[in-house]
Amino acid sequence: MKSMKGINRTGMILAMVVGMIIAACMSPDAGPEPVLSDEPAAPQPQEVQSTLSIVQERGKLVCIGNSQLPGFGFLDSEGNFSGFDVDYCRAIAAAIFGDANALEVRPATARERFTILSSGEGDVIIRNTTWTMSRDTDLGMNFGPTTFYDGQGLMVRKESGVVTLPDLEGASVCVITGTTTELNLADQFAAAGVNYEAVVFEDFDQSFTAYEEGRCDAVTTDKSSLVSRQTTLSAPADHVILEVTLSKEPLGPAVRHGDDQWFDLVNWVVYATMIAEEAGINSGNIDSFMGSEDPNIRKLLGLEGDFCSKVGIANSGCFVDVIKEVGNYAEIYNRNLGPETVFDLPRGLNSLYTDGGIIYAPPIR
Amino acid sequence: MQTIHASQVKPPFYRDERILGIISQVLIVVIVLGLGLFFFSNMISGLREKHSVAISFTFLSQGAGFDIGESLIEYSRERTYFRAFVVGLLNTFQVAFLGIVIATALGIVIGVMRLSTNFLISRIAAVYIEIFRNIPLLVLLIFWAQAVFLKLPRVAEAFVLPGPIFLSNRGIAIPWGIPTESWGTFLIVLVAGILLGAVVVYLLREQGKRTGRMPLVTLWFIVTVAAVGFVGWIVLPQPLTLEQPKLEGFNTQGGKILSQQFMALLSGLVIYTAAFIAEVVRAGIQSVSKGQREASTALGLTAGQTLRLIIFPQALRVIIPPLTSQYLNLTKNSSLAIAIGYPDLFAVAGNTILNQTGREIEMFTMIMGTYLSLSLLTSLLMNMYNKRIRLVER
Repeated sequence: MKSMKGINRTGMILAMVVGMIIAACMSPDAGPEPVLSDEPAAPQPQEVQSTLSIVQERGKLVCIGNSQLPGFGFLDSEGNFSGFDVDYCRAIAAAIFGDANALEVRPATARERFTILSSGEGDVIIRNTTWTMSRDTDLGMNFGPTTFYDGQGLMVRKESGVVTLPDLEGASVCVITGTTTELNLADQFAAAGVNYEAVVFEDFDQSFTAYEEGRCDAVTTDKSSLVSRQTTLSAPADHVILEVTLSKEPLGPAVRHGDDQWFDLVNWVVYATMIAEEAGINSGNIDSFMGSEDPNIRKLLGLEGDFCSKVGIANSGCFVDVIKEVGNYAEIYNRNLGPETVFDLPRGLNSLYTDGGIIYAPPIR
Repeated sequence: MQTIHASQVKPPFYRDERILGIISQVLIVVIVLGLGLFFFSNMISGLREKHSVAISFTFLSQGAGFDIGESLIEYSRERTYFRAFVVGLLNTFQVAFLGIVIATALGIVIGVMRLSTNFLISRIAAVYIEIFRNIPLLVLLIFWAQAVFLKLPRVAEAFVLPGPIFLSNRGIAIPWGIPTESWGTFLIVLVAGILLGAVVVYLLREQGKRTGRMPLVTLWFIVTVAAVGFVGWIVLPQPLTLEQPKLEGFNTQGGKILSQQFMALLSGLVIYTAAFIAEVVRAGIQSVSKGQREASTALGLTAGQTLRLIIFPQALRVIIPPLTSQYLNLTKNSSLAIAIGYPDLFAVAGNTILNQTGREIEMFTMIMGTYLSLSLLTSLLMNMYNKRIRLVER
């Protein structure tokens, strides 16, 4: 009986302790107690330090990017990042620090990029990221101006003779999970009434290997990525990207909700590169514009009005640094995707509005 | 006269072993519970503050919107997330069930081979076990998928075996029976056959007890069921029609297609697990004392009879518990399917659904709960079997 008593007592103590823990855990919810702090006037949790001041204190920008997509974000064998998206990271760094290399690119997978941004491990995502409503709202992102208008496409073998979607009746299609492409594929094939077999992989490499081995008749992802990956296939000329576009994929930078100054800064750095192209200013000839009389150019170059201070940067020539160090939109495009690269991607929608595209920046005024 | 024995003096509580024991146990419970509660409340407040999301499972009834490559039940993009979850679960179940059956058969054969007195046979088994037991399963799976099944000819140039069976890097297309209207009736006939078989078994057993000569009960059971089934098949107007696969368009159409991903996953799991099962079987057989074998031989039983009637029934008692662990491992390891593109539970729920809905906590709770139930079910069945064959001690 003695042991029974012991157990009972243990049980009672246990129950009490558990009750106390539960009570302790519940109480903060019931009534918010003052946060323990040695400073009496502790700042409200909502008022966090602005992203710009964090970046300036750190001395470099942390940009969440891609390391696997040649042309957009790619880590070369010497450990350097290059690509269209990376150049926009460099542009933002140039605007803030006057030095495009004050930058750390943090490579991330499609799945983890938003988590990394929300947790504050990075300052901006520039990683071929599609602007969608649920990402804008549910995920708490703010999307900057679209830097690259893309669309989902399909790559097939030339010998298959496929030209349109209905030609793919009964085909197997390799697709990558965790992206919007999986849904677009299902939607578009259903709309066209075409039956197909989806073969879903977790990453780019496996998906393209399976396609190349003939497991799939077609592979689908953003057209720019298809072009980029086509160059890595063993016989790129044997494959063709179909005309059909399955979706709209506006790619651009994304920042956290709630810091409007930082959002404005990212926006206007992107716009500055577009305005520079429009005005014919590039990294080579910018010095000759320093004496320009055109008020629009003078405002861009910080000679008239102090527009950089409106986004929190003291240096009035912040956009000059962007253009000098990284270039205008056309330079960034051509350096990474243009005719002199292996991709030779036509500008298409990504031409200036004056050339039939939809790249259109609001004025600096 | 009062003498005080040392044992009657109550020591202070901090020197009382019993109380110290209780205190240390309480402390551990407090720490464990506290940590658990901390992480849980941290998760809840994190969800509320950062994303203003509360835990809810209502999204399961929303339309899924994506397609799944292979499914045992009818599924399309208009169906709900829950339906997609079930499709993934059934795919996991299918590969786990087939994997367990085949791995057991292969494992027993190799385990017995390992003990063969024939040098070559025992060496072959040893090499098999040592190779496959020591390669990580993920590596093995990717090897099967990319180096074996993806290297088969393309579907247009598929190997055609008689049947016809098409072997290509899309998978294996085999002829398959398609039920006709009389299929339901045929199933009833088959059930009747099994019942009749059971009656036959009972009668034979009774006779065996009376005469002391046990007839081949299992054989008679099979013969009875087969005879009834055969009669049913002849009498009824063709319960099944054989559909043969044929090359049409991009893929083979008709028949049954065992996809490349399914085959790669199944082969990987079977070959890997069979190596472990073989070792379990070998250990079980070796645990039976040598005297049993010698006695059996002395009584004039053949080597096969000795193994089947004397050694194996005793070895089973040692084999079953570790075998259960191997079954559980196989089921859980099937979640590596995601690496080779097979739409199992984890690939569908943990990847696609999670990515689309962003409901991490809910999806992972469901996935973990499901794997847990599958595993508990497997061990429950195996424990029941174990109880039945256990040595009854008097």
